[in-house]
Amino acid sequence: MQLIVNIIVLAAIYALLACGYVLIYRVSRVMNMAHGELTMLGAYLLLTTASLFAGHPVTAIAAAVTLSLAVGAFVYLLLMRKMTGEMVLAAILTTIAIGILLRGLVVLIWSAAEQHPLEALRVTNPSIELVGGARISTCAALMVLMTVLVYGSLFAFLRFGRWGMRMRAAGQNPLLAAQRGVNLHVVYALAWGLSTLTGSLAGMLIALDSGLDQTMVVIGLKAFAPALVGGLDSLLGALIGAGIVAGAEVLAIHYIDPLLSDVVPFLVLIAMLVVRPWGLFGTREELGRV
Amino acid sequence: MSRPPRRSGYFRTSYAQELALIGTRLERVSLALLAVALIAFPLVASPFALDLACQVFLASVGALSLMLLTGYAGQISLGHAGLIAAGAFTVGILFREANAPFWITLPAAALIGALLGIVFGLPSLRLRGLYLAVSTLALHFVVVYVGGEYEARRGFSTGIVIDPPRLGGLSITDNRAWYFILLAAAAATLLVSINLLRSRTGRAWRAIRARETVAEALGIGIAGHKLLAFVISSAITAVAGALFAYYRGFVSVEAFSLFLTIQYVAMVIIGGMGSLLGALLGAAFVTVFPYVIERALLALPGAQSYASLLFAVNYAAFGLVMIVFLMFEPLGLVGIWRRLQSYFLMWPFKHRPASGVRR
Repeated sequence: MQLIVNIIVLAAIYALLACGYVLIYRVSRVMNMAHGELTMLGAYLLLTTASLFAGHPVTAIAAAVTLSLAVGAFVYLLLMRKMTGEMVLAAILTTIAIGILLRGLVVLIWSAAEQHPLEALRVTNPSIELVGGARISTCAALMVLMTVLVYGSLFAFLRFGRWGMRMRAAGQNPLLAAQRGVNLHVVYALAWGLSTLTGSLAGMLIALDSGLDQTMVVIGLKAFAPALVGGLDSLLGALIGAGIVAGAEVLAIHYIDPLLSDVVPFLVLIAMLVVRPWGLFGTREELGRV
Repeated sequence: MSRPPRRSGYFRTSYAQELALIGTRLERVSLALLAVALIAFPLVASPFALDLACQVFLASVGALSLMLLTGYAGQISLGHAGLIAAGAFTVGILFREANAPFWITLPAAALIGALLGIVFGLPSLRLRGLYLAVSTLALHFVVVYVGGEYEARRGFSTGIVIDPPRLGGLSITDNRAWYFILLAAAAATLLVSINLLRSRTGRAWRAIRARETVAEALGIGIAGHKLLAFVISSAITAVAGALFAYYRGFVSVEAFSLFLTIQYVAMVIIGGMGSLLGALLGAAFVTVFPYVIERALLALPGAQSYASLLFAVNYAAFGLVMIVFLMFEPLGLVGIWRRLQSYFLMWPFKHRPASGVRR
C-alpha cells in the first residue's frame, strides 16, 4: 500500500515537472535543459518570500509563483528570443548555459547550504494516515492535488482559452499563426512563463517536503524522461509517462537497489527511444528516418 | 577543410603539393617556431603553468574527438563525459583487478570506447537532433552508474587510486615527462583528425552533416559513416579518459558529471564549430578560464570572504560566456581569428574583392 502511495507521489512530482518541458517544446520546439535550474530557482524564490511573509504560507507561495512566471517570461524575452529559428544544438546549448548561469547565481544569492523553507514559513508538515496503513505527508498530498489542478487547468486553458488556442496554433505552424496575427514572441514568452510556473510549483512543494539544496536540479533533469516517454508534445502523454517512470523507479528502488534511482528514468527513456522515439502520444511528423 | 585565406601568388602545380600539409615557407617557419616554443615551454614554465598546459592538451584530445563527431559529422552528443569516464574506468578496473601495464590498458580503453561508440551511435541511425542528444545523455548516466556501482561494490567508495605508468623500470611521475606525453597525444590526435577529414571518410561526414538525403543520393553509406564517426570519436575520447586517469592517478565518478560534458560541448562551441583549430582554441579557453576568474576574484579587495563562493562565480561566469558566444559570436574564437587574419591580409582594404569567391 505504501508502495502505491510512493508511486503516486513520485508520479505527481514528475508530471508537474514534465508538463514544463512539454509546454515549451509543444509551442516552440525547443527543449529546455534549464528546467531543473528554473525549478530550483522557484523553490529559492519561495525561501525569500517566506521570510517576507512569515506566517502567511498562502501569500508567500502566491508571491513566489507570480515571481516565477515573470522569471520564465523574462528568460525568454532576454535570452531565448534571439535563438528562435536557430539550429537545434544552439538552442539546447543556450538553455544549458542558462542553467549553469542560474546554478551559479543561486549559490551566490542564497548560499550552497541546505535550506528549509518549511521552517521559514512556520508551518508544519504532519503525515496523514490513509486506508491500509500507508502514510503520506501533507506536502506530498498537496503535490498530488496540485498536479491534478494544474493539469486540469492547463487542459482547459489550451482547449478553450483564447491564449491557449494561440499557443496551439503557434506550435502547429508558427508561420501561419504569425500571419493570422498571433504575436509569436508573446506566445513563446507565455509558454516559458507557464512552464517555469509549473516547475517552480513542483520545486516549492518538494522543498517544503524534504528541504532545498542544489540536488534539486537532478530531479528536474530526471523529469525529462517522463516527458519524452509520453511524447514531447503531449500533455496527456506527460501524465502517463510520469506514471510509468515513477512506477518503474519506485519498484526498482524497492526490489533491486536504491542506487538505481538516478538511472531508471534514463533506462526507461532509452527503451522508449529504441521502440518508439516519438513517445506514447507524441506526433511523429518531424522524425525522419534514414 | 576550409583553408585559411592566403596571399595571392601561391598555386599548386603538382599532386605532391596538393597533398602536402605545409605548403609555403611562412607556414614552415611558423610551425617550426611553434614547435620550438612548445618544446622550450617546460624548461621555463612554473609547475602551475606546466600542469595547466597538461590539462589543456588533455582537453584538446577530447575536444578534437567531439569536434569530429559534432562539428564535422553533425551528430550531437551529450554523452562525452560518459565516454571519458569509460576510458578512465577501463584503466582503473584493469589496473586494480589485473595490475595491467599501460600498454594493455590504453588499447583496452580505446577498444571499450569503440564498442561504446557503437552503442552511443546506434540511436543516431534512427534519431536526429534533439532526440539524439537526449539518447546520448541517457547513456551518459548509464555509464556513470556502472562506474559508481563498481566503486561501491569493490569498496573503492572514494575512488580508485592508480599508480603512475611504468616505462622500462622507472615510473612516470615528473610533470615534464607528462607534458611531452600529452603534447604528443594531442599532436597525434590532431594529425589523425586532419588526415581523416581530407580523406573520403571526412568528406562523407561533411556531406552527411550538410544534408543527409543528398549525401545518401550521392552514394554515401549513411549508417556506416555515422557509426564510424561515433566509433572513432569515442575511441579517441576513451583514450583521453585513460590518459586523464593516469595523469591524475585517481579515478572517481564524481569527476565525470554532466558538467564535464557541458564543458566539452562548450569548447567546441566557443572554439568554433567545424574547425579543428577551434577545438584547440576552445580547449585552451575553457581550461584556463576558471583559473583566470579565480585570479581576478582573489585580486579584488577582501578576497578571503569570496573564497568559498569561488565555484559559484565560476559557474555563473562560465554560463555567461557560453551565452555570449552562442548569441554574439556563433563562429567562436576561430571566427574572431579568421576576421583578424583577413583584416591584415586585406590591409589597407576592408573588404574582399568579390563575394562568393571564397568564404
